[in-house]
Amino acid sequence: MSEEKLRHLFWLRFKKNHLAAAGGVIVAFFFITAFLAPNISPYDPGEINTKRILEAPGSDHFMGTDQLGRDVLGRIIWGSRISLLVGFIAMGISTAIGILFGSIAGYYGGWIDSIIMRFVDVMLCFPSFFLILAVVAFLEPSIWNIMIVIGITSWMGVARLVRAEFLSLKERDFVLAIKAQGASDIRIIFCHILPNSLAPILVAATLGVAGAILIESALSFLGIGVQPPTPSWGSMLTAGKNNIEIAWWLSLFPGLAILITVLGYNLLGEGIRDAIDPRLKK
Amino acid sequence: MFAYLIKRLGMMLPMLLGITIISFGVIHLAPGSPIDLQADLNPKMTAESRARLRAFYGLDQPLHVQYFSWLKRLVILDFGNSFSADGRPVIKKIGERIPITIFINLLSMILTISIAIPIGIISAVYQGSFFDKVTTVFVFVGFATPTFWLALLCMILFGVHLGWLPISGLKSINYDYLSWGAMCKDRAMHLILPVTLSAFGGLAGFSRYMRSNMLEIIRQDYIITARAKGLPEGAVIFKHALRNALLPVVTILGLSVPGLIGASVIFETIFAIPGMGQLFFLSVMSRDYPVIMGTLVMGAVLTLLGNLLADIAYAWVDPRIRINRE
Repeated sequence: MSEEKLRHLFWLRFKKNHLAAAGGVIVAFFFITAFLAPNISPYDPGEINTKRILEAPGSDHFMGTDQLGRDVLGRIIWGSRISLLVGFIAMGISTAIGILFGSIAGYYGGWIDSIIMRFVDVMLCFPSFFLILAVVAFLEPSIWNIMIVIGITSWMGVARLVRAEFLSLKERDFVLAIKAQGASDIRIIFCHILPNSLAPILVAATLGVAGAILIESALSFLGIGVQPPTPSWGSMLTAGKNNIEIAWWLSLFPGLAILITVLGYNLLGEGIRDAIDPRLKK
Repeated sequence: MFAYLIKRLGMMLPMLLGITIISFGVIHLAPGSPIDLQADLNPKMTAESRARLRAFYGLDQPLHVQYFSWLKRLVILDFGNSFSADGRPVIKKIGERIPITIFINLLSMILTISIAIPIGIISAVYQGSFFDKVTTVFVFVGFATPTFWLALLCMILFGVHLGWLPISGLKSINYDYLSWGAMCKDRAMHLILPVTLSAFGGLAGFSRYMRSNMLEIIRQDYIITARAKGLPEGAVIFKHALRNALLPVVTILGLSVPGLIGASVIFETIFAIPGMGQLFFLSVMSRDYPVIMGTLVMGAVLTLLGNLLADIAYAWVDPRIRINRE
């Protein structure tokens, strides 16, 4: 390979990493924002000021105020905590369920595999937003219920992925060797096969955080997600819709926060995918 | 083809059964029962009349008996009556609204395809070009954009500030007094925002899919053969590559049905469109259990039908599938 070609390859890879790094910076930025919310928020997110309702962005309210005179920037900063919490816990639940079902289906195969995978197919038939709404309708809308419901309705992708990994890994020599030594199934699944399929799971989990944040914002926007007065980006957009004729800033900024956060996780996920498996790079 | 069709229909039955089991499971998640909901509003309700109501609705039966009697009514599309003030049969309520939702989703699907396919082809054929880079950025941003937020921004821009488009409902208040031409225009104006935004939701994924599909096919041997025998580039791309790249699109269309139906809840709520999504949302808000269950089942059945149509269409256009699966 000529030096020029090598340099070209390096540059390509560098550019890819650039995107991933951008994603990492965005994610880190929102992490820091969430942790330092009490220190960096210019106003208390619940502080009502009836004299200054629906003020356009200006020098002391950088992103304007809402219908109760609360500072929009402050609420966005505090809202990052909610989306972070929902994103990670919902992703954790869905990944755990996905790993459990996927590894059992992939490892044991046969009728267990058939039953689990048909179950996955049926779950995928439901428009997931319908299923989430229906379950939320029966439970009380609270941030914990939202996380659980998002988690138990979005594990199917991970399950399919883990199953595919297990199907190919369980035939490998190292697994056969461990099996010959008499290791238990649980030990083989969790200590030997699973660690070898962590990479694609990590990618799916990163993208899953983004998905959960989007779903939470949609639910909160519809009024059945995180309940007021807790500041959530989705419910801030509801205020934006109610004041659509007079206050554009209520609609613009919380949505931008969602977009940038989700973009960050997506870039990071794609970046990890490229770094781990160059074959998938397209 | 016929054998394939029969086999495919046979595969649908267990899926349908699975859908009903999960839906039934969701009903029984409800803390308490529909009886409590009615009983709590009525102070004269005694324990005895509660028990009678329970027996009336069959709630005193064991779970599997309840499931089968529910299933029996489901087969004749009897979802019971709505809890709302009008108390009409659920199936009628859904039947009125399904056509609107299907119509809007069909339009947005057509719009998505007609934009995404050219984008995908161009960015694959000119891989690494400026156009390709711009669309890649667009795809990433598109994936991350909450479409309901974009809908809000469009309502602000086109509806409030520019005043070009109406922002809610399917027709104006004076619709009935308009001439026929003006009626059509009025309908169209009301559809522009919901259809465009709903199409935007699928655009990023679809164009990305088309691009990677095309990229893969351009590298196939038969494309090299076509080039080697001296065909003009246009014929290679549009006759040999595109036809093959379009095949899996049919499947993706089928797979996108649940997402579209799910998203219709948000769009129909934002734009006040009286479709199935809005009905579902309203029934969730008022805890109208029969309507929730009916819509949930219908949504899943629509998805199943979408997948079935996609599979049949795929087998029809691609003989390889037919033969391998028969």
